[in-house]
Amino acid sequence: MDLGSLASMLPQVFIDGLTLGFLYAVVALGYTMVYGILELINFAHGEIFMVGAFIGTEVLLLMQAMGIMSGLNPYLALFLALGVAMIFTGALGVSIERVAYRPLRFSPRLVVLISAIGVSFLLQDLVRFTEGMTRNAFYVTGPNLLDGSLHVMDGLILEEKSLVIILIALIMMVGLHLFVNKTKWGIAMRAVAQDQQTASLMAINVNKVIALTFFIGSSLGGAAGVLYAQYYGTIDPYIGFLLGLKAFTAAVLGGIGNMKGAMIGGIALGLLESLGAAYMGPLTNGNFGAEYKDVFAFSILIIVLLFRPEGIFGEAVNEKV
Amino acid sequence: MKKSGLFMLLVVLLSLGLIATGCSTTTSSKENVIQIATQSPLSGDLAAMGDSIKMGAQLAINDEKETFKKLGFDIELFPQDDQGDAKQGVANTELLVSNPNVLAVVGHLNSGVMAPSGPKYEQGGLPVVSPANTAVDLTEQGWKTYHRICARDDVQGPAGAEYASKSLNVKTVFIAHDKTKYGQGLAEAFKKAAEKLGMQVVSFEGIDQKEKEFNPLATSIAAKKPDAVYFGAMYNQSGLLIKKLGEKKYNGFILSGDGSDHKDLLQIAGKNNLKKTFITSVAGDATRTEKGKAFAKKYKDTFKLEPSTFSSYGYDACLVVLNALEKSIKDNGGKKPTREQLNKAISETKDFEGVFTKVTFDEKGDNKTSDVFIYSFAEGTYPAKYIKTISAANFK
Repeated sequence: MDLGSLASMLPQVFIDGLTLGFLYAVVALGYTMVYGILELINFAHGEIFMVGAFIGTEVLLLMQAMGIMSGLNPYLALFLALGVAMIFTGALGVSIERVAYRPLRFSPRLVVLISAIGVSFLLQDLVRFTEGMTRNAFYVTGPNLLDGSLHVMDGLILEEKSLVIILIALIMMVGLHLFVNKTKWGIAMRAVAQDQQTASLMAINVNKVIALTFFIGSSLGGAAGVLYAQYYGTIDPYIGFLLGLKAFTAAVLGGIGNMKGAMIGGIALGLLESLGAAYMGPLTNGNFGAEYKDVFAFSILIIVLLFRPEGIFGEAVNEKV
Repeated sequence: MKKSGLFMLLVVLLSLGLIATGCSTTTSSKENVIQIATQSPLSGDLAAMGDSIKMGAQLAINDEKETFKKLGFDIELFPQDDQGDAKQGVANTELLVSNPNVLAVVGHLNSGVMAPSGPKYEQGGLPVVSPANTAVDLTEQGWKTYHRICARDDVQGPAGAEYASKSLNVKTVFIAHDKTKYGQGLAEAFKKAAEKLGMQVVSFEGIDQKEKEFNPLATSIAAKKPDAVYFGAMYNQSGLLIKKLGEKKYNGFILSGDGSDHKDLLQIAGKNNLKKTFITSVAGDATRTEKGKAFAKKYKDTFKLEPSTFSSYGYDACLVVLNALEKSIKDNGGKKPTREQLNKAISETKDFEGVFTKVTFDEKGDNKTSDVFIYSFAEGTYPAKYIKTISAANFK
């Protein structure tokens, strides 16, 4: 393939990578917030994302079945699905924390980690089971709300979906940033992240703050799930595993515990993956095709961690949330 | 931490319960019970296809139950879930081989699961009739117990290539596959035939079987603008690729194999993106024949579901087994045949007319009279519209 057509692909690859990156970033925020406050890697977060995708899609399908979809503005429908999914996944996150993590808060780290993995299997199978029962197949394809697209130039098609995803992700990130830095609850969260015991002496209800962290992190994950379902169309109960792993990687890449790091790490990982998938094949004469894109992305992670073990934005433990 | 004590007790009770129910399902040999096992994915990504095979076989058993009752035997279906996973498939195989009631197996959807299980069946002398394995080398291993009713990749791939070249006038083609034994085998067979027919292969790429992100692949296809794309993969992935190709405004033909022959393809890909999509399939269209229509109606009445082509594969494969079983019971003087006797009868199947397939096994276990069918998704209906039949004999 000649260089000209390689270059003409670049804008499209870039936009696709950016969309994917913003999705990673929103999910990575959930990992990083929980890690910041509890030093726990919440491996069930990928599954919370998946549950969000299913709830959003089911809400849309339900509205379609009831016939109120046709008269509805697609954006309104999307926001409705987002809202329901966020509330539900937020509550799910809080209850997971209450049932599976809080009783183990003073146990060795490994115990909590295993509990998290257990929750993740439970959620996968629960969704598989319910979807399998009600639909006889657990692939679910939701209604396509946003199918507008703009043909900017040869080799670049801007999809409405991509733009909406990037926009919503940006709004959520800015909102979270303001919340953590400007509100009383945000200050409490940062205080708990720094030192739980001292924070509790300052009349901060540590359990409440941790529950709030789980609520926000999980509802962001759920929102990302709804956006993912819109972007890719078809979802299944296993989408959370790989995406969760990648988002976790993004969080580590940016410096786990650091919110700015999670955002930048997510976007960087999405771009790297997309570029790797599109260009590795042609540049190596087809010897390393798109199937090696994860290898490419994870190699970059290893290299970054070799030189900066704390991640790009990681600081030596001081400020975490 | 009082609660966790109670919780632990519950966990222990629950696991004891599981163990107890696990034990109660193990069976001992019963003289007049014959079990036909199915092996297909009943959970996981490919459960929709695996379920169809199981239900097809179930229907065949229901149909023939009376015949065997008269001979003094109870036939039962013994469905197994191989999860489309080689490890699980082999583990199930070992259980089946050691179960004296199981005389034959209908199954394995995935060639990649059949391959490691094959030697185990061979050791246990347990005959297998596969409804859907298309990988070429499965019948080149010298296994005496292995049979399949469908055409191989080296027929299906070239049939697709021939259709692309001669009927669609395709000159350049982008080939991709899912790196499985099935997908890659099919893509390679297509590539070889395409090159022979003078088509230019602009790229040959693999993508992981579990991949869901098809933007990069679709973008590079759209940039290269080939006349056609050939994708050797299952419907869940080909659907996603077709959707993304539509969104990237790719305007050429899209071809795929029997793995894409599934009703969910319509939803996953979106009907508008399927206008120029064709598939090759090894199963005939149920709705074109009277027998097929009757089957479809019966299937719908029994399971409240539309049959897919995999249900018909499963049905016919199971009928082949039952037909041979009846014969071997008679040959054995009305007594329960051994696996060896049944295997011999299956291998000797000649000119058997199933609902969809005609079956005559050659010495390797391939079906001599298998055909490949071309279908079009242009109208956005399932089953896809039948276009033409290409006889397997053309490529031997």
